[in-house]
Formats: sequence, structure tokens, C-alpha cells
Amino acid sequence: MKRKARSRTLMYVILVIYALVTLYPFLWTLSASFKNYAEITGGGFGLIPKAPTLANYIELFLVDLLFPRWVMNSFFIATIGTVINVVLNSMAGYSLARVTFRGRDAIFYALLAAMTIPGQVLLIPNYMLIHRLGLLDSYGSILLPGAVNISYIFFMRQYFMNFSKDVEEAASIDGLSRYGTFFRISIPLAKPAIATQATFVFLSFWNEFTRPMLYLKREILFTLPLGIQRSQSKYAGITQWNEVLTASIVSIIPILLIYIVLNRYFMQGVRMEGEK
Amino acid sequence: MSRRVSRRTIGDHVQGYAFLAPTVLVVGLFTFAAIFFAVFMSFHKINLFKLEMTFVGFDNFTKMLSLEKTRVAFLNTIRFAAVVAPAQTALALVIAAALNSRIRARTAFRVVFFLPTLTSSAALTMIFMFLFSIPGPFNQILTGLGVIPEAVNWTNEIRFALKVIMAMNIWSTAPFFMTLYLAALQDVPISLYEAAAVDGASGIKQFFHVTVPHMRPITAFVFVTSIIGTLQMFDQAYIMSNGSGGPSNATLTMALLIYQDAFGMQNAMGRASALALILAAVIFTFSMLANRLNKNEKPYG
Repeated sequence: MKRKARSRTLMYVILVIYALVTLYPFLWTLSASFKNYAEITGGGFGLIPKAPTLANYIELFLVDLLFPRWVMNSFFIATIGTVINVVLNSMAGYSLARVTFRGRDAIFYALLAAMTIPGQVLLIPNYMLIHRLGLLDSYGSILLPGAVNISYIFFMRQYFMNFSKDVEEAASIDGLSRYGTFFRISIPLAKPAIATQATFVFLSFWNEFTRPMLYLKREILFTLPLGIQRSQSKYAGITQWNEVLTASIVSIIPILLIYIVLNRYFMQGVRMEGEK
Repeated sequence: MSRRVSRRTIGDHVQGYAFLAPTVLVVGLFTFAAIFFAVFMSFHKINLFKLEMTFVGFDNFTKMLSLEKTRVAFLNTIRFAAVVAPAQTALALVIAAALNSRIRARTAFRVVFFLPTLTSSAALTMIFMFLFSIPGPFNQILTGLGVIPEAVNWTNEIRFALKVIMAMNIWSTAPFFMTLYLAALQDVPISLYEAAAVDGASGIKQFFHVTVPHMRPITAFVFVTSIIGTLQMFDQAYIMSNGSGGPSNATLTMALLIYQDAFGMQNAMGRASALALILAAVIFTFSMLANRLNKNEKPYG
């Protein structure tokens, strides 16, 4: 019995230490966002600001002309990208699961093969393609190649395959066309799967760094992660840490909200990512 | 009757193709056409400004392999994978096992642990760059404890820059693998732990004699997946060095070298494509291995 208590104490020690290691960088940054530049760069590892101030937030949102644009740009790209993905991935998944036509298996295996190709090798040819399509420095450069996501096509396919045929048959007897059945019956019934898909697609657009960095040149078009990186490196050596760290906190807040509100869908998605 | 069946078949075909057309177009262009184009480019010298290509055979490959920078990037990447993959895997298993024991506030711990995985590479790298900067908390703690005599500029020292990225990567990716372990741990019969406890095995002994052997298949999968991720490391190295791979190429990874050759001053897209193909071939091999491991592991959980 004593032994059991001891091992349980050990578990708590491991978990609490690791929780501190995980939380401390976030809490420290959160607290830094309420400190002035001198206090941040003056050393000290305390989490309570000596003279709490909203100056960094005011500077970013009310004085800085670019920062509010970057926040809006990120929201815009992530939202549009998510809507496009949800529609196209669901259609593709449905087609692979529910419709019989010639070449279906070939397309299925081609998509499976496409998933195993590492992104590094596609970076350069995709840049050339975007260049030739005239999409450099526009959001099309991010939205077009990211319009579908094969993992989520397969995720939706799996969902539609496990779906009872009866409901759809009843709908078609009631006179709904095949497209009416898809949009009015199947899609609403797939809501949980769509929610999982939407949260993860939104998250990956929101956090994406490589493509915006490659394709977006004008500062006014930057996404939040790109803007944060560029503001940090702009004045090498004399980084405005107060603003950069506050901007980082701002970029984390929407994700945190989604994570808390949609936790159930999140965990489902994590499991799926691991199985792909 | 037969006409109705055939009309239904035609309808199926139309719907099938219509629903898949956008996917086929996007994947066909940005994945399949792109990979052929990548192979094509690796055998050409490319002038991006004039958009001219000249066939040069295997020149890009031999040139790329003979460069000192390639060797440095290769060694950095291997070093990175060799440290991060085992550390990540072990950490994920330990934390998952601790979470899986009957303790209070499991959900709260899980929610907290998962935070770094959700945060963008840009924000995380900013946070770590400051934590490890001269006035940053890491130096404050170490000098305060007397571990080091004076503050070190960790991200700008050749000896430490890559290690900071290693620490950040282990910290930010381990929680993802932890969730895979958590799912797998649900399938270990509790009776095994009870039997071990009756035999007088302590918590640590149970971990090594019950948990670790049972997790072997998923450990193999996690390890290979982690290697695949570390071989492709780009964002954190780019952000920390603003694309330079500095100080003195200390954070130059293979993925970063591909970027520099293709889009930097070098204007060596052909050579970059050759390097990308080689890296892709290595990663592809590991992916196949991961797929096989994942399949083998299925009946297990």
C-alpha cells in the first residue's frame, strides 16, 4: 500500500514538473505582453509585471498600421481556406465512399500515393507553378494548392462509408435529387466529422509559415506568423521584444479559444492524424 | 427497367467525376505534375529570371554532393534527428504512462500538455528565442543558480544554436506523440498491472516490465514518424536564423539548404531540386517503413 502511494506521488511529480515546463514559456510570454520593453529586456524571470501596462496591445492594434491587417489576413485566409476544404473534401470523400463509377479505385490509390510524397520535393516546382499562374503575392498562392487535403478526404470517406444507406434511400423516394440528397441529407448528418475537419484545417492555415513566406512579398498581405517573423528580424539585434512577444500571444489566443470550445472534435482529429 | 439502370449508372458517373474533379485537378497539378517537374528540373540548369532551362545531365547531383555546405547540412540534419527522435519518443511514453495511471485532473494535465502542439512555429520560435536570449529567463535561472558564470547568447553560439532548436522541437512535438501512446495504453489489460503489483513490482518496475514491452509496436511507429518529421525540419531553423542557417551554418538543415539554393542568392534551382529529390527518397523510405509498422500494429490496437 505504501509502495502504491509512493509510485503515485512519483506520477504526480513527473506530471507537475512537465506541466510547469510546458506552461512556463507561455505564462512568461503572457506576462511579458503586459510589461514595457525595459522590464522585459532587463532580466528577471518573474511572472508578475512590476508595472502592468496595456501599451504593447495599444501599440499593435491602434498605432501599428500593419499588425491589424495581418490579423485580418490570417482570419481571411484561414476562414476561406477552411470553407473551400470542407466543401471539396466532403464531396471527394462522398464520391469515393458512396458513388459507383469507373476509375474510382484508380483515383483512390493515386490519392493514397500522393500522400506519401514528402512536401520538400514539391516546394520548388510548386513555386514555379504559382509563378507561371501569376499567383505570386496573392492569396490564391496559398488557397489554390491548399484547396483540398487528402487526409481529410479519406477521413470523410471513412465517415460516409459507415453511414446508413436507408436515410439516403428514403430521401430519394421522397423525390430529392442525388445532389439534393448530398447537400440536404448527407452533409447535415456528417456534422461531427465536418467539425473535426474544419478545426484542424483552420488551425493549419492559421499557423502555416512556409507557403506565405515563399509567396507573399508585400507587407500588407502578410499573415500573422510571417509578420511576426519579419518584425523580429527587421532590426537585427534590437528586436522590439515587447511587440514581438505580444504579437505571439495575440496569434495564440484564437487557437486557444477553438481548442477549449471544440476540444471533443480536436481529440478525434488528433487520433486520425496518427493513423494516416 | 434496363434503361433506368443505365440512366442511374450515367448519373453515378457524372456525380462521381464532378465531386472529384477539383481534387483531381489540385492534386494532379500540385503533386503529380510537380513531382515530374522536380525530376525534370534536377537534370537542368535553370535561369529563373529568363525562365530558361539547359540540360546538364547529372551535374546538379555531382556538384551538390561535392559541396562542403551539403555535408554540413547533412550532418546537422542527422544530428538533429539522432537527438530529437529518441528523446521525443521516450518523453512521450513517460508522460503518457504517468497520465494513464489513476490520478486526479487527468483532463487538465492533458489540455495543458497539448498546448505547444497547437501553437504556430513562428510564435513558438519567438518565445524560445527570447527565453534563451541574454536577458532571457534561462540565463537568469542558470546564472542565479551559479551553473554558469555569465549569460550566454544561446541562439547565436555555434555550439548551442542547434541545441536550442532541438529542445524546442522535443518540447513542442512530444505531446502529439503522447496522445498516440495514450490511445494505445487503453488497450493494455489492467490485470497485467494488478498481477505485477501482487508480485510486488513497484511503479517503475511495472513501467519497464509491462508498459514498455506492450508499447513496442507503437514505439517503433512513433520513432519512425518522428524521424520523418525531424528530417524535414525547416520553419524553426529558418525563423531562428532568418533564413541564413547561422551562426556559421550551425542551424543549416537539408530543408533550409534546399530553400537557400532555390530562392536565395545562389539561384541554383536545379541543384536544389536534386537535393530535394535525394531528401525525398530518404523520407519516402522511412514513410514506407512507418506505413508497414502502422499496419502491423493495427491488430494490437
